[in-house]
Amino acid sequence: MEKNLTRRSVFGLAAAASLALAVPAQASDWQPNRPVEMVIMAGQGGGADRLARLFQSIIQQERLARMPFMPVNKGGGSGAEGLRYLKDNHGNPTIIMATLNSYFTTPIQTDLGVDIEEFTPLARMAVDTFALWVNADSGIETLDQYIEAVKAADGAWRMGGTGSGQEDSLVTALLEREFGIRHTYVPMGGGGEVATQLAGGHIDSTVNNPSEAISLWQAGRVRPIALLTPERLESMPGVPTFAELGTPLEYYMQRSFVAPGGLTEEQQTYYIDLLRALSETEVWRNYAAEQALMTDFIYGDELQAYFLSEREMHRELLASIE
Amino acid sequence: MEILSLLGQGFATSLMPLNIGIVIVGVTLGLFIGAMPGLGSVNGVAIVLPLTFIVPPASAIIFLAALYYGAMYGGAISSILLGIPGSSTAVATTFDGRPMAQQGKAGLALIAAAGASFVGGTISVILFTLFAAPLADLALKFGPAENFALVLLAFTTFVGLGGDDTLKTIVMICLGLVLSTVGLDLITGQPRMVFFDMPGFYAGISFLVLAIGVYGIGEVLWTLEKSRVAPTVTTAKVTYSELRSAFRTLARTWKTMSVGSVLGFFVGMLPAAGATPASLMAYGIAKSTSKDPDSFGKGNIEGVVAPETANNAASTGSLLPMLSLGIPGSPTTALLLGGMVMWGLTPGPMLFAEQADFVWGLISSLYTANLAAVLINLALIPLFVWALKTPFSVLCTVVLVLCIVGGFAPDQRMHDVWLIFVFGIVGYLLRKADYPMAPLVLALVLGPVMEQSFRQALIAAQGDVTTFVTRPLSGTFVALAAVFFLLPLLSKLRKARQVTAS
Repeated sequence: MEKNLTRRSVFGLAAAASLALAVPAQASDWQPNRPVEMVIMAGQGGGADRLARLFQSIIQQERLARMPFMPVNKGGGSGAEGLRYLKDNHGNPTIIMATLNSYFTTPIQTDLGVDIEEFTPLARMAVDTFALWVNADSGIETLDQYIEAVKAADGAWRMGGTGSGQEDSLVTALLEREFGIRHTYVPMGGGGEVATQLAGGHIDSTVNNPSEAISLWQAGRVRPIALLTPERLESMPGVPTFAELGTPLEYYMQRSFVAPGGLTEEQQTYYIDLLRALSETEVWRNYAAEQALMTDFIYGDELQAYFLSEREMHRELLASIE
Repeated sequence: MEILSLLGQGFATSLMPLNIGIVIVGVTLGLFIGAMPGLGSVNGVAIVLPLTFIVPPASAIIFLAALYYGAMYGGAISSILLGIPGSSTAVATTFDGRPMAQQGKAGLALIAAAGASFVGGTISVILFTLFAAPLADLALKFGPAENFALVLLAFTTFVGLGGDDTLKTIVMICLGLVLSTVGLDLITGQPRMVFFDMPGFYAGISFLVLAIGVYGIGEVLWTLEKSRVAPTVTTAKVTYSELRSAFRTLARTWKTMSVGSVLGFFVGMLPAAGATPASLMAYGIAKSTSKDPDSFGKGNIEGVVAPETANNAASTGSLLPMLSLGIPGSPTTALLLGGMVMWGLTPGPMLFAEQADFVWGLISSLYTANLAAVLINLALIPLFVWALKTPFSVLCTVVLVLCIVGGFAPDQRMHDVWLIFVFGIVGYLLRKADYPMAPLVLALVLGPVMEQSFRQALIAAQGDVTTFVTRPLSGTFVALAAVFFLLPLLSKLRKARQVTAS
């Protein structure tokens, strides 16, 4: 009996200690009282999915939250499924969603009855960058050569990318508008597949994220021509930006978290603080640097303003394609 | 020689006590995840990925690879015992595995599945070890035109079959193709065939949902009608002598196993294809090259052996482009790739040079994982067969529950559960009318790849249809497809002539 008691009290102490460790000082008084569902508005294995699972493991490893975060993929219909799920769970504080640019484009293209303005903005963790790539055997090394080659092909130049109306096709539209050129846009699956098709010479160019094509570049199979960023990237020092070359073209893939509408301020603050702590971890900093992600942390109202201006920008872009 | 010494160093890593323990745990876990309908290697890897940060990267990838392998073995178990595909890669295994179990040969079918998986896994790992670099280049040669031609080849192996009613086969393929167009179209971004405006259809119809409905629910209804009393399942005792005779039977299928292994390995390497099409293609080829194609679907052991060698070989094949090019060949390898990036490794051509310990540790662990999987699987077979003794009235409720869970688990949508019931009832009625189910399932798997690659190839070639025959690889596949389509017709003609001559 005595032994039992001792064991119990030791266990109790340990539990108390681990609780104390597990919950860092937080400005918010509110805490989730059950596991948090981390909805990913894309399928398994893609960029958004990998990132969300990385966050899950960091939260677990660094004991940033008392409750576990469980990733759930709801990527159907370019994220329409996830958006509807968030709308249907109005006021539920134990759901957050990892978003990408389909957060803007899907509600514009498909009538879902979803207005992203109603959701609770949490924080933007990063923006992914884009670059123009060609096959290494093409002999093209500069932007001028590229434009000349595309013009010479008279519309038969094959630009590969993700599905129609998604990011890659928008970047392609930007290029066409800016330089007065025409591509044959070939919609393919995910970014990895697009990069492979370029390396195999089945398409002539892509606008892959650097992370998707860097390893093929190192292997000498593809070549970056220019970046759609304001400044050069640390991980690709020799590659110029479009701005340097005289045409300030920029486009980003945003990686943010949102929650359903109708959350209290405390609940919102809890998640923002958690995500801020996450953004300061070493694991995340290293990963972001390696993957050429830009990590300006914005949150709350500022993030909402950003969302709304991005939505306008995408609405115009989509309209200009059609 | 260099390869052997590198492999030796790899074994030094993979045979460390920690890593052997990890392989055993991973394989066992994978076996059960694979055996659970609806849960496959993708879910397994996704669930345990965040837990792998506690061990060094080499051990982590060994764990995930063992789990991946275990799941490939495990998929066959519920396909054979219950007639519900354990995972999408094991759908083809139900075609003959389930009839074998009903004939009281569950033990033999399970041994055949395990043995075939082992052979497929081993042959493909040897191919991997010897030819990793040149084969990676081959994967790059596959563009949209080649993918289309390959899928066409897969279809002809099914259409050209002698046994089933050819017209009914074509009807079922068309139905499958129609179902495969449901959802958002990748090329135009427009929704298609969204019935009753239900949001669930935006994501398309999952192949696993159809397979669980048609095979799982359909099977229950079918069996209930056929046998008012419990079907006689003579449970095989798995003794040493039985094991020996099972292996002797298995050895006679060496031709099917070799074809399945090599085919599985190559198809698995291609990002557009993967283990599920590989297993279906292997089944189709085994059937159409067999001397007795009519016995397929009625409990022919080759119908179990072909898909099981192919799906294991494909799982190894899909690791190749991931490691050497940094391109995932399947959703599971995409997750593995993500894991590697998180551990601070950059997959790609430089990996073999810079992280030789890691790469060869992984390759050698595929050998050990394979061995562990076959041993653990064989040891558990008596337990699985024993489970079949459950009276059917109990078993069929278990099957129903598993079908519902299996349909709900992957995407957590009730929509899919309702679809399973619809498919189950429709599938049952079609089966009563003697329509074959395998072509329907095949069409839903390959339909999206076929449609997309066809349109992509035409867009890229400015609408020029000759692109499919003028490119060397795709031209070869198209020619082979023509041969496979005509071969059964010719043999039928010859038979008819013989009949009239006599």
